[in-house]
Amino acid sequence: MNNPYFDLLMWARGPGFDIALTIMVGGILLRLVEIFVLGRKKDLAAPKGNGVLQGLRTVFTRSVPRKGAMKEAPVTYIAGYLFHIGFFVAFLFLGAHIALIGDLIGIQWPAANKALIEIATAIAVVALIALLWTRFKDPVRRALSTFDDYLVWVLSILPLVTGYAAVNTMFGDSTLMMAIHMLSAEALMIAFPFTKLMHAVTFAVSRYYNGSIQGRKGAES
Amino acid sequence: MADKPLLPELMKAHGISRRGFLKYCATLTSMMALPPILAPKVAMALEGASRPSVIWLSFQECTGCTEAITRSYAPTIEDLIFNAISLDYHHTLQAASGEAAEAAREAAMEENWGNYLVIVDGSIPLANPGFSTIAGISNLEMLKQTAEGAAAIVAVGSCAAFGGIPHADPNPTGAVSVADIITDKPIINVPGCPPIPVVMTSVLAQFLAFGLDSIEVDDLGRPKAFYSETIHDRCYRRPFYDKGLFAESFDDEGAREGWCLYKLGCKGPTTKSVCATVKWNDGTSFPIQAGHPCLGCTEPDFWDNGGFYKPLSVPAGDYRKLGLAAVAGGAVLGVAGGAIARSVKSSAAAKHEPVTPDDLEKKS
Ligand code: SF4
Ligand code: SF4
Repeated sequence: MNNPYFDLLMWARGPGFDIALTIMVGGILLRLVEIFVLGRKKDLAAPKGNGVLQGLRTVFTRSVPRKGAMKEAPVTYIAGYLFHIGFFVAFLFLGAHIALIGDLIGIQWPAANKALIEIATAIAVVALIALLWTRFKDPVRRALSTFDDYLVWVLSILPLVTGYAAVNTMFGDSTLMMAIHMLSAEALMIAFPFTKLMHAVTFAVSRYYNGSIQGRKGAES
Repeated sequence: MADKPLLPELMKAHGISRRGFLKYCATLTSMMALPPILAPKVAMALEGASRPSVIWLSFQECTGCTEAITRSYAPTIEDLIFNAISLDYHHTLQAASGEAAEAAREAAMEENWGNYLVIVDGSIPLANPGFSTIAGISNLEMLKQTAEGAAAIVAVGSCAAFGGIPHADPNPTGAVSVADIITDKPIINVPGCPPIPVVMTSVLAQFLAFGLDSIEVDDLGRPKAFYSETIHDRCYRRPFYDKGLFAESFDDEGAREGWCLYKLGCKGPTTKSVCATVKWNDGTSFPIQAGHPCLGCTEPDFWDNGGFYKPLSVPAGDYRKLGLAAVAGGAVLGVAGGAIARSVKSSAAAKHEPVTPDDLEKKS
């Protein structure tokens, strides 16, 4: 006699995770190598500024909204920040996640308490809903939205909601909810290299690229 | 059997007062998740009713289940209930063996056909009937024979309930649970490796007092009164889990402070049992209290849950090798993809026909 929920959990912890990790790591590498192999044409003009320095600077300065942008799209900015902070606090400071990261790369750090994780999760979920709302409300943004945008939204909110449910034994069997939570995270991992989620890696590359081009020409960011 | 002494006489013989017995019935009643008002009914039923014949079959097992039920509290009222039911066959406990014992089993079956209770501990090997036999009868055959005239079957221990340790990968004997074989009789699973003695006796007491229908079971055939909450739900270390304080090894500061054992592989969050509240050895302690993570022994396939000391959130497979392959594969594909993109780019550049302002004017 077996328990299908337990079997699902073991699949998620076993082959499911292996598949997801392989696709994610392989995919990220594929995309990055592809970008770097393309290379850049040599700039023969005499540099008017320090491209490298400006490139590195831009990686960070672009994290701050440019002047006036906050007024134009407050929800996008504020909810954008809150989502990222909430998501990463929940991801990086839950004990169970730290155990996973420790097993993966051998580094561990102290866990946060449940209240903090749950507040972070709630903030991230509310922020995602707000972002979806602005996407729907604004006709321009709605027209610009593609399948990829909605897919990534669903894939981002699912681990948050299912994780909250699993920890608080909501919506049913705790083993099943834990399995679903892991599967939702694995779906996110698989989609990562092939959707806009890849920005979590490429943002640094593209910001550096733009910053260094402009920097060489003497513009400062 | 009718000539067995009734419970009050046995109580007297064991030096147990009536007050002690009533207290025990009240405890049982609350354990069974029944309202306290039913305690007298439990007492009456246990005292008076004629005791059904019980046949206890032990198959591929370690005798841990029998050890638990007979030794850990003895002599107590739990033990008494076992004396009080008519335990007509239990080849670990009975004096007779071989054919004489089988004759006793057959006689009990015949006499109580359709009414006796079968308790099973141990799994049943299907790969080869010769792997486990009793008086030359294979476990499979004996189970089928005995189950036929049973009112109900109680599968005691994870081996009988789910296959247990013999069923663990690679399952050399082809071990299966009772429910994998018997499908036309009510089966109550009381898993655990071994189950908590008082849980076993409570299930039997409830069966005796209120009948089979009163025992509500979950999808895995486990009585809900004992298997509906996880260890984690009731664990006294839970506040540490919630605070994010974990023991990282068995002898660090966290372990000494009694912090949560999740990172040492505790399966409490996915394990349903009353260990954390009822505890063992007369309510003395339970594994987590003794500093060891829960192994999850009341759940199917607990032996194959990825490693007893691996946290639940940690992958159970061999992902590291795959990860390296992914890095290599990704890099190769990336180079190939990049090369394709480059050639597309250069062929596009080669095919590009320059357009002069004159051309544009001509067309418009
Ligand atoms: S469930 Fe555990 S204690 Fe009971 S027979 Fe099987 S291995 Fe032994
Ligand atoms: S020791 Fe185990 S059951 Fe107890 S709180 Fe920690 S994880 Fe949960």
